[in-house]
Formats: sequence, C-alpha cells, structure tokens
Amino acid sequence: MKLREFAFSENEMLCSGHAACPGCIDALSARHVLAALGPDTMAVVPPSCMAIIAGAQPLSSMRIPVYQPTLESSAAAASGLRRALDASGRRGTQVVVLAGDGGTYDIGFQCLSSAAERNEDMLYVCFDNEGYMNTGAQKSSSTPHYARTGSTPAGKRTRKKNLIEIMAAHEIPYAATATAGYLPDLVRKVEKAKSMRGMRLLTLLVPCLDGWGVPEDQGIHVARLAVQSGVFPLYEVEDGARYTLNDPPKSLPVGDYLRTQRRYQHLDDAQIQDLQREIDAGWARLQQRARA
Amino acid sequence: MNAPEARAMGAAGDRVLLSGNHAVAWGARLSRPKVIPVYPITPQTPILELLTDFHAAGELEAEMLTPESEHSVMAACIPASLAGVRVFTATASQGLMLMHELLHYASGARAPIVMANVNRTVASPWAFWPDQTDSIAQRDTGWIQFYCESAQESLDTVIQAFRVAESVLLPAMINIDAFYVSHSLEPVQVPAQDLVDRYLPRYAPEHVLDTGRGESWGNVVSQDMYYRHRQAIGAAMGRAVDAAEKADREWQALTGRGYGLIERYRCEDADLVLVTMGSMCGTAREAVDELREAGQAAGLLKLRLFRPLPQALLREALAGVRDVLVLDRNYSPGVGGALHQELCASLYGMPAAPRIHGYLAGVGGVNVSPQKIVEFAARARSGEPAGEPVWVR
Repeated sequence: MKLREFAFSENEMLCSGHAACPGCIDALSARHVLAALGPDTMAVVPPSCMAIIAGAQPLSSMRIPVYQPTLESSAAAASGLRRALDASGRRGTQVVVLAGDGGTYDIGFQCLSSAAERNEDMLYVCFDNEGYMNTGAQKSSSTPHYARTGSTPAGKRTRKKNLIEIMAAHEIPYAATATAGYLPDLVRKVEKAKSMRGMRLLTLLVPCLDGWGVPEDQGIHVARLAVQSGVFPLYEVEDGARYTLNDPPKSLPVGDYLRTQRRYQHLDDAQIQDLQREIDAGWARLQQRARA
Repeated sequence: MNAPEARAMGAAGDRVLLSGNHAVAWGARLSRPKVIPVYPITPQTPILELLTDFHAAGELEAEMLTPESEHSVMAACIPASLAGVRVFTATASQGLMLMHELLHYASGARAPIVMANVNRTVASPWAFWPDQTDSIAQRDTGWIQFYCESAQESLDTVIQAFRVAESVLLPAMINIDAFYVSHSLEPVQVPAQDLVDRYLPRYAPEHVLDTGRGESWGNVVSQDMYYRHRQAIGAAMGRAVDAAEKADREWQALTGRGYGLIERYRCEDADLVLVTMGSMCGTAREAVDELREAGQAAGLLKLRLFRPLPQALLREALAGVRDVLVLDRNYSPGVGGALHQELCASLYGMPAAPRIHGYLAGVGGVNVSPQKIVEFAARARSGEPAGEPVWVR
C-alpha cells in the first residue's frame, strides 16, 4: 500500500483544529486508526493526551461518540458499553479504546487483564509514549530502562513492562505492535483487528516530542529508528501462539536511536551496552517464537 | 436455601418464601435489566447467584458481566446505562467502598443505574455484621438512597427505584441490612411480570451514546458548565422526592403495597418518636407497642428515603413532638450518628423544635432488642440531649 492511498481517507474521523501539540504522533496515529475503523465505532478515551485531543465540551474532535471513563477503568467501561450494544442488537458496532500507556500498563492494567480473560469484543489501542506525558513526562511502567523522566531524574532503573507478551499470555485473538513510523503496517493491523471478534490489542509506539526531547519534525524519524534498532519490533501474536515478525527487521545499533532524544543524553557507554544486550536478547527471543 | 432451590420455589405471581437477597434478585429480574455487571461479596452473593441462575435457565434476558472487581462492575455499569439500556447490580461493604469514585461518576453521568447494597461493617478490622456506615459514607455521591425493612419491601423497592431513577436520571441504591434482611426468610408476594411491565415502561432516555447521533460524555468542561451541571443534579434530587412518592403511590394502587418515603407508626399524639432506618424499624415497632401498652405516648418514624432527604416531610411529621430519639446503626467518628446529625440540621429553626437525642445503637451489628429500645426511650425522656455521641447497647 502506498501512503497516498490513505493519507486523505474519506473516513476522516478526527477533525482538524484539535488540541494536540504541533507535530504530535498521537494525533497522527489516532487519525489513521479511526479512519480505518470508520463511522460505526464508539470510542472509550480515558484521561490521557487523547482525551485532550478529543476536545473540551461542547466540542469534540472525533466524529464518533466518545465516552471518557476514569483513568483506571477503560477496559471495564468498554466491556459495559459493548454489552449494552450487544443487548440492543448492535453487534456490528466497533468499541475501541484509545488509551495511553499510564492508563494501560499501570492503573488500568487490572481491568484490562480481566477484559482479556473474558475475551470481551473490543479493540484496545494503547498509544504508548512511554510515560505520563500529559502531566509533564513522569515515568510509567512502560518507560524504558535508563530513560530520564520527571520522576526518574537519574534515569529509570528498571526495564519497560512487556505488554504484548503479557496480553499474548492471555491467549487473546490478536495482539500486535505498530507505529505511525510505518503507516501501511499500522493501517493493515487496524483493518485486520477490525475483521476479528473478541479482545484485540494494538500497542502503538508514539514518540512524544516534548516528553522525549525530540524536535517537532522528527517524530516519525524517531519512530522508524525505534523499529530499525530493534527497540520496538513490529510483530503480531494470534491466539497467544502464532508469532509473525513484520518488516523492517533490526538493522541498526541502539545508539542511533538513543542519540535522537534528550531523555537518553545522560547515558554512558556501559549503559548503552546494557541496552544493546537487552535488545539483542529480546530480538533473538522474538525470532525464535516467530520460527516456532 | 441455595439459588436453584430459590428459583424452583415459584414463579412470578406467587407468594413464596424468600430471603431479602432473593427478593432483591426477583425485583431485578422483573424489572428486565439488559446489562448486569456483578461481583461476589458476603453477604450480597446470593443476589448474584440467583440472577446468574435465572440467566442460565433462560429466564433473564440480559448480558451478565463478571469482572475482576466491584470497581470494574460500576465502571461497566455507567457507559452501559448511557448506551440506553437498563442496568442493575448489587454489592456490599468493601465493594461499595471500592466503587466510591465511580459512584460520583455515575451520578455525574446522570446514569439511572439501580444497585442493591447489603449493609455490612466496613473494615478494618474484618467483620460481616449489619452496619450502615458503608452506604452512609456514600451520601454525597449523588445517589438516591432507599433503606428497606423487609424482603417484600426490598423486592418492591428495586422496581420502584427504576421508576424513580429513570424519571429523574440519577442512580439509585437500595440498602438492606446484612442478615437481618438479606438472609431472613419471609413470605413474599412476587408480582406478575405483566403487572411490572405495566408499571415500569421501557427505558428510553432522550440522550444516548449512539453512532447515529455522535453524542459524547465526559469531555472536560469549564467552571461555568460544571457549576450548572451540579445545579442540575440538585434539581433532579429535588424532583426525586415527588417522583419517589408518586412511584410508591402507583405501586400501591397496583399491588396494595405502599411504604411512603417516611412511615409514621403510632405517632398520633406521641410525645416521643423514635427515628431509624432499615431492619431496626421492625425492632422499634415492637418497642413502640410495648411503650404504648405501658401507657406511654411513643411512636416510630421510619425513614425509607435517605437521599434525597425528605426534609419537609420530616419537619411536618415531627412538629410538636417533645422528644425525638434517633437510633443510628452507623458511626461517623468525630461527629456521631449520621441520621442524628441530619435530623438536627433538618429540624433546626422549627418553632418549638423537638429535643433531638442521638444514640449509636447497633453499631458493628451488636444486637438491639425491643426491650433495650424501651430503656433507651426512658433514658431520653428523662434527660437533656447530650452534646456528645451516646453509645448504647
């Protein structure tokens, strides 16, 4: 698929004039997720950058109904909405969660696990900018090892939680990573998820320009480096068992990725080597699972 | 009696032996909810089990949802209700505490969810006894609150609560005391389905989450919008008094059973009136009978609707009474009994206002016998109201 084929989709569900920062990859990602889902969709948007992008009453940047639940309850709220639609004979309407990583990896994780266990029929999209960026960049359990945030000023001492593997362990129909750095892959995965029933989860890597310390015209470039360095591999897991690695494969050293961001500028060589070892081990494990 | 036995006991339209919990489940079933998220907790679990049993037998056409916590139960209830379907759930004690944040969210969303709460002590330490502190602690959450004395009243009030909640667009909580009501078996008239269908119209709200409309809920608002929204909730609470009165009157016309928002039991010419809520009312009735037999002019005011507090009715009912004795089966440390405080506030400034005595009776589930209440009445008559909480047992 060529970029221009969907750059101006007829399903323009996210309106211009929304409140995202200039160059925001969150908004760009949401635009394409929503365009792929189309108008027969309801969104659940917890407090997050996406809630700000959705806009203040009485306005909304989205052309679909939006329910904003509490931060920790997106998957539970989406379950209730799903069941009400089912009870009303509206099984064809998609329920999509547009949540941040704080609302997913951290405070919303309990109800997400429960919704996955029940295999509730929803598409859960985590816009993963690796921290609480809407409150000024503090660490979440998605913040990577050594990254500096407002609450980890000396760099985070522990590794990023592996959400996709945890969700895959729930044996949900579909769990996948994607990023706006590779839009055709992202749109394909949304469309694939849309065609399935049950719990489907996408984690989208969203470089946060302000929180990561990235120039406002470099978000896509950084997202691509994340994939090319193996920091954020693109892959899919179906029914918790069938792994598929998507292009492009890991081809660059992690240093190429780290040096584009302010949050990593304090790292010494030993720390960079630590990260390289972690990434290499993760990549090898993924390749093994994809071969299996 | 377990759930399958309770289900086998009878069908709608029969007079059967039911616990308060099973009466609540019947009230819910007859109200035809479409989504029921629910989580087990003692002593509420028999409500859950009978509902899931009805559902498994094909007698309850609803989406049953069993999430990992009461928090997620209420989180699921709210958007389900906003999508335009009737929603029921039930909880108790710690479960209600865990829901606290979302109770505010539900009333803010104007979602007319109906929930039964079985009043149980709040930890720590752990305990499983009747105590109303759990629901009293939710009095500022914007929920309508009923307190029921019997299994029959519990069943009837679930159905009435849907009428009231949906007419004013506020959620409603039906409170029943642990064990005294939740587990006591009583003969209960289960109304026929067509009778309930006539009483409770199909839920069809003006605003719904619908892809055909594009309406949303929850987006951030300005100070002015928030202010007006709180005022609107206040206005709805105000209308809820009349709505609850009408719902009860019309139920009485259909079934012969009405309860009022307050009930005055042998209050004619009474110089001492007991005021309480829930299962304590049954005990107080017996105490009043004993006092009357002993020649004392005593009565009982049962408060059935706690939120909104029917202040005008309370002032009218207690005008000219010399002593009012409030029995609180709840405790707010640092102040005392909540109902006592609310009654003091409600009657303040009345000409010849009663002396209002507040006793903490039955806190933690300790037994309060009719004889004890007779003693409390004598004590209240003979002394001035105390400035401090009075612990009695």
